[in-house]
Amino acid sequence: MDAPIEGFAFYDGNSLAGPLSEVFGVELTTAAGRCRSCGTTSELATFRVYGPAPGFVGRCPHCEDVLLRLVRTPDALWLDFSGVSALRILIPSDSADEEQQP
Amino acid sequence: MARAAIPGGLTVRRSWRQAQILERRPETASASTLAFEVTGWPGHLAGQHVDVRLTAPDGYQAARSYSLAAPTDGDRIAITVQRVPDGEVSSYLADEARDGDTVEVRGPLGGWFVWKPEDSGPVLLVAGGSGVVPLMAMIRSRDGASPTPFRLLYSVRTPQDRIYDHELRRRATEDGGLEVAFLYTRTAPDGETRSVGRITAEDLIAYGWPVDAEPTCYVCGPTAFVEKVSDLLVGLGHDQAMIRTERFGPSGP
Repeated sequence: MDAPIEGFAFYDGNSLAGPLSEVFGVELTTAAGRCRSCGTTSELATFRVYGPAPGFVGRCPHCEDVLLRLVRTPDALWLDFSGVSALRILIPSDSADEEQQP
Repeated sequence: MARAAIPGGLTVRRSWRQAQILERRPETASASTLAFEVTGWPGHLAGQHVDVRLTAPDGYQAARSYSLAAPTDGDRIAITVQRVPDGEVSSYLADEARDGDTVEVRGPLGGWFVWKPEDSGPVLLVAGGSGVVPLMAMIRSRDGASPTPFRLLYSVRTPQDRIYDHELRRRATEDGGLEVAFLYTRTAPDGETRSVGRITAEDLIAYGWPVDAEPTCYVCGPTAFVEKVSDLLVGLGHDQAMIRTERFGPSGP
């Protein structure tokens, strides 16, 4: 995921796994988010993501509305989920270990 | 109190770890595989990635995501880096890094674009350029662990751009149930019957699975490639829910 040279300039929500893993204890890219604008539900991994600088913007793969914004500052993670009206987050059943696989 | 109140603890939280380069192996003129030792590596699934972070002497940091290229192997992980113009991370990893150098990695990351040997049903893999890397991790993970049939369509510009060329062709004959088709966009080798060009619906019909087989489809490559292939698959009648995509942007990782 290096400097753009041609074509589309977006990635997808898979690339948010790292930044989100800094603060969240469950895998959020497999969570399904409902778009506040068009009402469709999509896994975070399928969001159209623009970034990384100055922050990530995640758009709905159906209607392109902004679903989330994520900005990492030296001492904080800013997360704006205001485009998502509901999130369904899968919770692993055997989540006792600190470093288990998702 | 706050931490203990979180059910199950902070299970996928990832911090940066030191990763020492064990070896580098050229794959093509512009792609190299780098193996790292990461003490205490927790293991990973095929399709997962890591973030790699470099820190300059003046403190400037740059991070990029790279798919893991091989199955879990103790504290050893491997990535394959395609050099891209002006890529500040890829050019360091592809050209300047030396055995023994240390970078930072965070991972394993991602849980959506993954394949597990216990997953059932046929698998269609469609790669554009260095998008073959996470798909190769799936092919390597399958070997000896799953009888699930795989079909790989691998779009490359020329025969010289085939990453994992030798291993893919060996596995296509030795790994039962693995079929590999190279789709050349610019120059094809002698004897190639398919016309040179970008991937088409006809390619997906000829070298992929019929819709009735209900394959799980993994598509990885540059964004425009992934958009096109997923549209073609949906157009052929494949269920959108069975199509997993990973876009690495306009150029390459």
